[in-house]
Amino acid sequence: MGCNASTLAKIHNLDELILETGFSSSHICHLYNRFHSLDKDDKGLLNRGDFQNISELAVNPLGDRIINNFFPDGMDLIDFNSFARTLARFRPMEENPKKEPDSPEPINSRTNKLKFAFQLYDQDKDGKISNNELLQVLRMMLGVQVTEEQLDNITDRTIQEADLDGDHAISFKEFKKSLEKMDVENALSIRFL
Amino acid sequence: MQCKKLKERVSLLVVVLLLCSSTKAENNINATTHTEGGGGAPPSGFEIVTFNWHHVMSPYIISVWIMVASIAKMVFHMSSKLTTIIPESALLIFLGLLLGGVVWAADHVASYTMKPTLFFFYLLPQIILDAGYFMPNRLFFGNLGAILTYAVIGTVWNAAAVGLSLYGVYLTGLMGDLNVNGVLDFLLFGSLLAAVDPVAVIAVFEEVHVNDVLFIIVFGESLLNDGVTVVLYNVFDSFIAIGGVNVTGVDCVKGVVSFFVVALGGILIGIIFAFLLSYISRFTKRVQIIEPGFVFVISYLAYLTAEMLSLSAILSITFTGVCCQKYVRANLSEESATTVRYMMKLLASGSETIIFMLLGISAVDASIWEWNTAFILLTLLFIAVYRVIGVVTLTWILNRYRVVPLGFIDQVVMSYGGLRGAVAYGLVALLDETQVKEKKLFFSTTIIVIYFTVVLQGCTTKSLVTWLKVKRSEHRDPLISEKLHGRAFDHILSAIEDISGQIGHHYIRDKWENFDKKYISKLLMRKAALKSKDQILDVFHNLNIKDAITYIAEVITHHIEKYKNRVAWGSLAFIKTPSALQLVNVNFNSNKQSEVEAPTSSVLREDASAICLDMQAVELRRKSLRDCEDVYTHHLLQQYLYKPKKQQKYKYSRHKVTSNEDDAQEKEIFEKTMKRRLASFKSTKHGVSQSKKLAKHYKKDPSQKKRSDEMLSNGGQLVFHDPEFSDPEDPCEFDVISNGGSNFIFNVARQALADTCNGLDNPVFIPEEETVTRQALPPWATINDTVVLSQRARVQMPWSPNNFRRLMPLRLSSRSTDSFLLADIPVPEEHPLSFLPEGTAL
Repeated sequence: MGCNASTLAKIHNLDELILETGFSSSHICHLYNRFHSLDKDDKGLLNRGDFQNISELAVNPLGDRIINNFFPDGMDLIDFNSFARTLARFRPMEENPKKEPDSPEPINSRTNKLKFAFQLYDQDKDGKISNNELLQVLRMMLGVQVTEEQLDNITDRTIQEADLDGDHAISFKEFKKSLEKMDVENALSIRFL
Repeated sequence: MQCKKLKERVSLLVVVLLLCSSTKAENNINATTHTEGGGGAPPSGFEIVTFNWHHVMSPYIISVWIMVASIAKMVFHMSSKLTTIIPESALLIFLGLLLGGVVWAADHVASYTMKPTLFFFYLLPQIILDAGYFMPNRLFFGNLGAILTYAVIGTVWNAAAVGLSLYGVYLTGLMGDLNVNGVLDFLLFGSLLAAVDPVAVIAVFEEVHVNDVLFIIVFGESLLNDGVTVVLYNVFDSFIAIGGVNVTGVDCVKGVVSFFVVALGGILIGIIFAFLLSYISRFTKRVQIIEPGFVFVISYLAYLTAEMLSLSAILSITFTGVCCQKYVRANLSEESATTVRYMMKLLASGSETIIFMLLGISAVDASIWEWNTAFILLTLLFIAVYRVIGVVTLTWILNRYRVVPLGFIDQVVMSYGGLRGAVAYGLVALLDETQVKEKKLFFSTTIIVIYFTVVLQGCTTKSLVTWLKVKRSEHRDPLISEKLHGRAFDHILSAIEDISGQIGHHYIRDKWENFDKKYISKLLMRKAALKSKDQILDVFHNLNIKDAITYIAEVITHHIEKYKNRVAWGSLAFIKTPSALQLVNVNFNSNKQSEVEAPTSSVLREDASAICLDMQAVELRRKSLRDCEDVYTHHLLQQYLYKPKKQQKYKYSRHKVTSNEDDAQEKEIFEKTMKRRLASFKSTKHGVSQSKKLAKHYKKDPSQKKRSDEMLSNGGQLVFHDPEFSDPEDPCEFDVISNGGSNFIFNVARQALADTCNGLDNPVFIPEEETVTRQALPPWATINDTVVLSQRARVQMPWSPNNFRRLMPLRLSSRSTDSFLLADIPVPEEHPLSFLPEGTAL
């Protein structure tokens, strides 16, 4: 794959990135190559269009939302470091997390993984999944056979299930709580080669 | 006390069984002598009744054996303690030994042993089919890499290591003089002992309930490694036939090639037959009665075809089951699917029982035993040690590639789960004594190994799992949020893989699902079945029912709380229409010793009107703004008559089928009614105090009280302890006095209660506090109404502005079918919203 020092040398703040994301340098190298193959006109940055060109992503019902999650608020272009940082959330968790009290939460922690998912729902970024936001996502994910009424009800139901403080919306805390029995570490991790 | 009684009962039964079998054995002898001696005497005229024992002997004996095994199983399960301490498989082996002893004592010939043909052709296929058909596919394919590694590499390693080590020890002379052909005999022996046995593994592990991943790895390994063992066995067997010296390098290469041909060929045959089966099941609509038959016949044909082509029959039938399940389940009618399920469990469970019993019986035969202490002990040792080494090494390698590594505890359980069983027995019995001179020794050792692993490891697995605190599997229904978010997570992951350019599980699964949707499903599924049945909808549907049950449970609990000294039996009667009186009786009872009152339909008729409380309330207050909302929701939920086809529950147990689909009409009505009612009461977490208050209202109003008493008073079908009165640690203890189709309800109710045990939000366990500020009293709750709200029904009083939005367009429930009797409920006053206490969340 042409993974060598010259590739790595092109990356800014390499050491910092490795430390932050937990990727090994060969991971970084693979990702860097991928980044460039996505970057059609070699601008060194990715825009939404670059992502949308990935053909598999076009059939993903949540594709656009997921792409949006790669772009921090208001930005239209991301550089490699930001790209790697987002992907790093999906790194599997270490078996024995280092028990350093003052170390920051690792980027691939359960909370961070869930946060990514949460942002998928929370489009207005008010820290809550409202009825409407949930409904939209649900509509994307369920087939056409499902009637609006059913959607409505499933939405209501889901919110009730998670809603602890009675505000008819799911805050991140409630979101996390509602999934506490689920093996999120597994469900939101992929093995990077 | 009970225990003692049980022991007596058991011992009595054993005695009876012994008598039966000894007389049978005698009969057998008599019959033999009769035919020998009586051949010459001509019949002295027409006999009205003749004794034709010989005529029916073989099927008769088979039936008696099956009956004995089934009765034994029944006896074992009379004591819930017995089977938790000693696994059923071990008990059956003991029983077999006992019966074998009796037979032996009677005629000194082991008349009934398990022949390899019997085992491989008639007992094994259904067990494997059952395993394949109920395989949790996603889990299986998700862990396929690990499973294959253990099944292929692990098995080869075990076979080679055990065989070579035994040979090494043999060379030292520790075992004395054995009449063997050299290393090949030991390798053959090693290979037949290498495979972990699916029958034994299922039998032990399904009682233990380890977590899903661990289970699927052990179980999947045991299923797939049979193919490997059989190949190894065949290779070494034919090498021995050729003669050790004549084996050339070409033969070895052929052996390796044959391994792939046999395994992959078996899988291919399985897939072809699965395709055939799925395709046929698409067109069986008009022959519904024989629909289930196709599943069994075609799977069996797959097994036989593979056997005929000397491919791996076990792999073949496994993959038939795994591949066809999706399409067959979608195509078959609900009744047929249930039939298939039960039939499959019946066959598998039955033959498993027989296998273990026969394993016991077959051992009682002096002619097969040959003792060699060193050989036997060393075999046991090597098997255990090499299993551990194999597991640890392979896990170490695998963990470098697994998303979730297998921990130390998992490895311990996996090593410990290396149970040998009937497959090894069948293979050793197949050995040709003219080729393998030490067949007797191998046979004895195999039996010892089987007993050792099944009995000793089987008995201790459970305590080991408890002691090591292995993550257990939780049997609970998924919450809708988990299902929904889980789906979202899948999408996220496959997107992330796409973006990062990885080709991983999710990528493959995504591709496969698309392909399946586009082509395969269209070809193999009925048009009607193709209509998307989404799992999210299923979960939603099930949860609604569960809530409904919780709801009644809570209502009744509070009734009982108030009236426990007076009325002990509670029941709810639901009617669909006033004229057609359909009843579902669900009793949630704290005191089952109380007198049972026979239900009288006239009482029920009145009760029915009284109990349909909330619906009446809804109807009556249709015009108030808030209630419009209720009506709307009510109407909405009526639309759920769209019933997603029931999803099969993946349970490995072959002894229990989760009955989701009791045909009873009660269920139908129950669901519908409950859904309607539930809709008007959204879940809530607080409000115990409120129901207490409501209960007081009951007391104040004699007429209401009377009514509710009546309501509670008819005999029911389903009774379980009120959690408040039973041990709080173990409130999941139920007694079912069931005489009909209410099992379904019971199951769901148990689910609901199981949640309670888990300390979920069921308020029954929340200590009652008079938190007035938290009360969100609905207007109609203050009226002396018969309504006792669901615990959950209180937070989300549906007048919140959020919900108002949905009121447009307003729908009236004039189309509703549930015209309940409304006669005797006073029309309540309208309560304005300002009634609400300050603290209510709006």
